[in-house]
Amino acid sequence: MNDPLVIAGKAYNSRLLVGTGKYKDFDETRRAVVASGAQIVTVAIRRTNIGQDTKAPSLLDALPMSEFTYLPNTAMCYTADEAVRTLRLARELLDGHDLVKLEVLGDPHTLFPNMPETLKAAEILVKDGFKVMVYCSDDPIQARMLEEIGVVAVMPLASLIGSGMGILNPWNLKLIIDQAKVPVMVDAGVGTASDAAIALELGCDGVLMNTAIASAQNPVLMAGAMKKAVEAGREAFLAGRMPKKYYSATPSSPASGMIGS
Amino acid sequence: MLQLTINGESRQFVSVTSISDLLIELSLIGKRVAVERNGEIVPRGMHAATALDSGDQLEIVVAVGGG
Repeated sequence: MNDPLVIAGKAYNSRLLVGTGKYKDFDETRRAVVASGAQIVTVAIRRTNIGQDTKAPSLLDALPMSEFTYLPNTAMCYTADEAVRTLRLARELLDGHDLVKLEVLGDPHTLFPNMPETLKAAEILVKDGFKVMVYCSDDPIQARMLEEIGVVAVMPLASLIGSGMGILNPWNLKLIIDQAKVPVMVDAGVGTASDAAIALELGCDGVLMNTAIASAQNPVLMAGAMKKAVEAGREAFLAGRMPKKYYSATPSSPASGMIGS
Repeated sequence: MLQLTINGESRQFVSVTSISDLLIELSLIGKRVAVERNGEIVPRGMHAATALDSGDQLEIVVAVGGG
């Protein structure tokens, strides 16, 4: 089925975006990312360790930029200025690559987004030519404000980053999905495959996850499960589910032709 | 003698004049890094032509695993 996810005018076959943190080593990172089928992978931008063995393998060796679309993030940034500075460095680092994930956090305990700072950073980045995908609260008004600024995707949390608590407020997600003209991705909170399927069934355009795969007992197996869940959820959404009927049961087998009747 | 602050650490160099020299000295030449000097990004193409002064603050960053 040809049903690409289009972000900022570019088509992707996979609706699963994955993070590259928390894996045991780069070999496991690569095997999990490949099993997930993801084409877009998030990366963090950090100071290089001066004096460290520069021949040691790096993320770029495990996941070559020729095979994957890198999505640099602003993880652990708490102000708009820090986030903007980080992404400008990322653009220089990645040869002018301008598709980025903005997240401006408000609190180290919840890692909830600081929406005023997020909006401020989004505005600066969009004006500076970046294509900005934004981690945000599951608030339809904030999502609409981001869209008005010109971001290329809104990415509400389903529950707290790294919590694995699943989709806690599907109704808010639905409000965001129904009004959005840009892709909506669930970013954060997915714990297992059914959570990812539910996100897509609701009409999310994609899902971004890291911990649900990396912290599974078998990350590579879970990555494959997530790939299938995202595909199943998308197909169920496109197929259109049957209406829920609370008032009566309807048998699937014919009512006539019963023996002895 | 050049006194630099690199990624928050104070370092001294004798035979370094440009950003390219510094990257050679740190065995980072040819590696995918981005460099900021005193808060301004120095594009890769300008590393050789950008002279360093004592007291400069440098940030050298790479891509690492993250969500």
